[in-house]
Amino acid sequence: MPEAALLGASYALFHVPDLVRYGSKPSRQIARDPTQLDAIAAHLRPYDAVVAYPPNQAFIGNLAPEALEHIERPRFRQPMESAREQGAFGRIFDQDAFYARLAAADPFNLVHLSDAEPPENTTPLSRQGSAVGWVEAGHPEDLSQTPELMLENLACKTSAIEAARLVLAQTETDPASIEYVFNTGEEAIGDRYQRGGGNLAKAVAEAIGCTSATGSDVKAFCCAPAHALVLAAATIRAGLYQRVLVIGGGSVAKLGMKYEGHVRKDMPVLEDVLASMAFILGPEDGRSPVLNLDAVGRHSVGAGSTPQAIYTALVSEPLKKLGLRFADVDRYAVELHDPDVTEPAGSGNVPLVNYRAIAALAVMSGQLTAPEMPAFVKQHGMPGYVPTQGHIPSGVPYLGHARAAMLAGTMQRAMVIAKGSLFLGKMTQLADGMSFMLEAR
Amino acid sequence: MDLDDQATIQQVVDKVGTEDLVVLLGSPNPESAELYAATVTMGDPTFAGPLAGIPLGLPVFHILEPEIVDQLPPDVFAEQLQMASLTLDTEPIFEVVQRIRSEMLSA
Amino acid sequence: MDLHNKRVIAIGERDGVQGEVIRDVAATLGANVVFTITQCFV
Repeated sequence: MPEAALLGASYALFHVPDLVRYGSKPSRQIARDPTQLDAIAAHLRPYDAVVAYPPNQAFIGNLAPEALEHIERPRFRQPMESAREQGAFGRIFDQDAFYARLAAADPFNLVHLSDAEPPENTTPLSRQGSAVGWVEAGHPEDLSQTPELMLENLACKTSAIEAARLVLAQTETDPASIEYVFNTGEEAIGDRYQRGGGNLAKAVAEAIGCTSATGSDVKAFCCAPAHALVLAAATIRAGLYQRVLVIGGGSVAKLGMKYEGHVRKDMPVLEDVLASMAFILGPEDGRSPVLNLDAVGRHSVGAGSTPQAIYTALVSEPLKKLGLRFADVDRYAVELHDPDVTEPAGSGNVPLVNYRAIAALAVMSGQLTAPEMPAFVKQHGMPGYVPTQGHIPSGVPYLGHARAAMLAGTMQRAMVIAKGSLFLGKMTQLADGMSFMLEAR
Repeated sequence: MDLDDQATIQQVVDKVGTEDLVVLLGSPNPESAELYAATVTMGDPTFAGPLAGIPLGLPVFHILEPEIVDQLPPDVFAEQLQMASLTLDTEPIFEVVQRIRSEMLSA
Repeated sequence: MDLHNKRVIAIGERDGVQGEVIRDVAATLGANVVFTITQCFV
């Protein structure tokens, strides 16, 4: 049975400043206090700034995340001169390009691009405040198909389509060779009788010409991409499929989530982009790195909720299974949220806390001393650089970089460690986590 | 603090009263610790929620503070909290919570 | 701070110490935990 190889990874960013107002936090705050809209508008950055923003260049593959260490914080003050829209494994799109693709991805004519006045009960689409169109409700009496929700769902679909197109082109894969698509986006696709019915995967497969594929949505909060990649790898290993696509679209709800902190510090509203990603898996080809299914980390129901229990399940146990020490993993890819975004809002540095936790576990396992923790974090971690788009930052943005380094012979092993805050859905107080190892061939 | 959580805490306080009520925090950084500690002592510092202007005056501790962990048997500490104490930069967090506690006591 | 027989509100954070862990520790020290929550900010 063949190992599952990572044949390609692609990432896309869409600058959508006029959609920031529809993010969950901005829309609620604007409803309480309409002047918040002006405050946001005064702090939006132009497209050039988004392209030149070093973390965005790292996201699309033009800069190694580790190299961000040498760029002074806050990084929005250090635009990259060599920045390009086209990345080694990704692309940045402007808002007009997004709106055009949004309309193209809409099979029910809910998206209208027009400079006419948006009708009542629609969600207006603007360009710097001027009307360029609107989104209708899916059905006037359906609370799960309001104009806002149709925009969210179509935005997730649209952004996923573009990332999928990029990875198909990058790997010169015939779309018709894809047999299955796993979607990891967190939007609920459905109607009033089946609010989260799903299968955005198949909608995207149709849009990109994957005529031999069906698919399904993997729902696991921010941990979904890790679950989906492991499931995809398992289908390859089992000989069930030859080509599997894993996708994840962007989240309108997460736009401007931390905007209050940004406005208060008079900095740009950095959560002005939708992010998406796509991966292709197939049987090992002798050169592409493989997903090691012998050492998948699972945070199980019975594992316990302490940080020690979580990281033991996700890191210690897989390492033990492979007979490896903590330092044998070249890079750990944890939740990679950009600290430029989170720190001004008082939410700390998420990747750093994750890396320190791994180092702490190494100390408690007797493989590291406490004074050696900072050096471990520098050597085996990286600065955060990914937009706070929920499931997107959860370790998997690094796969493009890891794959490139492994093909170049400069990296042997990378471990992706993903986590999900299931308790937010109020069905359980548990969190979730999943990890896997990518290995060079 | 999230407005719904403020409302829940308000409900808890309404139901059980503030006597013998203590708040324990698990914040990973000083900013978050400060926001939560201030909200349950002096009232919502952002003046946005149900606890705006409501000084509950509750004693608040971070779970990793010596006042709490010194009471724990070593094996309980090792299993539940040791890793967090290694992971988090605790000094700045403790400073903030201690300052808010003493401000409340002198208020 | 003697937590024995005190009522406790446990406010955990996902990247720090989770609510349930605070709850379990407080219970070990004899407290009655009346409310537990874990925050997630990303």
